[in-house]
Amino acid sequence: MNFYFLVELAVNGALAGLMYALVAIGIVLIYKSSSVVNFAQGGLVMLGGFVVWSMASQIGLPIWAAIPAGLVIMYLFGLGIERLTLRPMVGQPIIMIIMLTLGLDIFLRGMTPAIWGIDPRPLFLGFSDDPIFIGPVLINKSFLIGGMTAVVLTGLCHLLFKTRQGVRLRAVSDDYVASWSVGIYVEKAIGMSWALAGAIATLGGALWGSIQGVDWSLSLILLKCVAVAILGGLDSIGGAVVAGIMVGVLESILSAYLDPLVGSSREVVSVMIILVTILIRPYGLFGREIIERV
Amino acid sequence: MFYRLAGIYHTQYKTERRVLNFPFDRFQVGLVFLLAVTAPWWASKLLLAGYLLPWIIWSAAALSLNLIMGWAGQIHLGYAAVMAIGAYSSIHLSLLGLPISLALLASGLASAVIGLVFGAAALRVKGLYLAISTLALQFLVQWIIVHVPAIGGGHAATVQAPPFKLLGLNLSSDTGSYYAALAWCLVVTVFMVNLQRTSFGRALVALREKDYAAEMLGVNTFYYKTMAFWVSSFLGGVTGAVLAFSYYRAVTVEQFSIDVSIQVLAMVIIGGLGSIVGSFLGAGFILLAPSIINNFLSSASSAMGVTLNVAWLTNIQLMTYGGLIMVFLIFEPLGLAKIYFNLRNYLLVWPFGYTRRQI
Repeated sequence: MNFYFLVELAVNGALAGLMYALVAIGIVLIYKSSSVVNFAQGGLVMLGGFVVWSMASQIGLPIWAAIPAGLVIMYLFGLGIERLTLRPMVGQPIIMIIMLTLGLDIFLRGMTPAIWGIDPRPLFLGFSDDPIFIGPVLINKSFLIGGMTAVVLTGLCHLLFKTRQGVRLRAVSDDYVASWSVGIYVEKAIGMSWALAGAIATLGGALWGSIQGVDWSLSLILLKCVAVAILGGLDSIGGAVVAGIMVGVLESILSAYLDPLVGSSREVVSVMIILVTILIRPYGLFGREIIERV
Repeated sequence: MFYRLAGIYHTQYKTERRVLNFPFDRFQVGLVFLLAVTAPWWASKLLLAGYLLPWIIWSAAALSLNLIMGWAGQIHLGYAAVMAIGAYSSIHLSLLGLPISLALLASGLASAVIGLVFGAAALRVKGLYLAISTLALQFLVQWIIVHVPAIGGGHAATVQAPPFKLLGLNLSSDTGSYYAALAWCLVVTVFMVNLQRTSFGRALVALREKDYAAEMLGVNTFYYKTMAFWVSSFLGGVTGAVLAFSYYRAVTVEQFSIDVSIQVLAMVIIGGLGSIVGSFLGAGFILLAPSIINNFLSSASSAMGVTLNVAWLTNIQLMTYGGLIMVFLIFEPLGLAKIYFNLRNYLLVWPFGYTRRQI
């Protein structure tokens, strides 16, 4: 294992990690606005990938129109989720709402393959997949574009929380009742965070779908995104990016060295990251320390 | 109607304190017990080994998970992993020559120890972090079974269970397996019924309602949360071992995958959190719902002359679980048990609805 190989692993791992962070931002957004961990994010990513694929291949839109169309559809889908499933649950214990998102994830994992089948579908985003060489280091172009999208999106989310709407979201996250009493439309704020999470998941689904093909296994990204979100701190968007890079690099390098010894070790890396984070620093690297302990 | 309790009141504390304090409840439980014990005589082989046996074992699993979710109010997303630890450790121990009765106990202890380590996260954090750490347990156990040949038997392998012999009895026939499962289910049920009447059970309920308040009342929350994880994991481990010996006979990792965790979770939520009747109803409902819906869909589609594609029929199961979990959480968070008790309380005084109703 020479030095350049290590650099190559690290760079591509970091870019892949940024794409995990892209999806994890959806979890963070919803946590920031409603203190609920969105276990349905994996299902949303899969659905988003399929919607974009369906727009491009079944309806025949060009890809520059298919992705925005997918974003709009999933934005509305996110609004619909909040209206139909989460609004009746307002006021229930948080555990119930977490289980509801889990139920939603299971439902989406059943529904999506039922509609579009279980074969992987190729999704072509309009750029060639020849790698880029920087010196002797080979960089995957899809990863590069995905990583850049993630960085841009993170910036946008940061700006969002500086706007009036973003302040509303933060207020709702702190206390539903207090927000109601100062005239914030809590349901609308939560609905918007779900809609944004749906749109972000669509981007993630399209990017990952162009790399590995669009099929049900896209929903497995949930575990990695949870690892990223936990490590970065569930309520920190910047933390998600840093944690995404860390998870991506660790996963890429560790699995390159461990795979010859124990077989595929990619999943277990994120599991170990989750466990170590929860045991040592449950609020993550950049999260607020508000976890109650008993 | 059957209950007719409008004019029956307790006149002694002793009768009021009984586990089943209404005559009809006693009759009903006795009837179900009698039916369960005599099942090998009246049930066909398919009904016995294909439906009743899994129903009984999964009811025990749902009851054990209900201890942690319904009574202690903690969330557990990796229960299949706990059961997998029990199943694999009991099979390996009995293959090493340990008598199966001891192997069952040891497997329960193994599950309890590992479940406790992951539940220990519950001592530091709560709610969603616990959900995530138990989810991690699920993936870790699955990964270890696949990647450690000494446990999982290598890539995509099954581990064959030895013949089911318990205390000198050969239970490897369908009837024998059924009775073994029934006995274990009875043990768990009696334990859970009496749990509500002990200080342990009441401490768990206090913890569930509000842990600060429980601590104010002198409940050692640290100790009782640990105990809840310990007991529930022990019961789950033995249930997994019984499941492996009496029903699966050969275990693979797919039998304890994340989808199975979701299935047990669905049993508990749909049946009713913190309800014993609910665990039985939920297990039966979840086991039967996919096949009923499959049959319904295929007969409906053939009646309408449409052919459903295979993808639909294979994925309908996951859709059903997810959809049912959502529907029950939104419309009836207390599950089938609440529906059952509503009906029962209505019938209790029917047709004299104006009289006092009792739970």
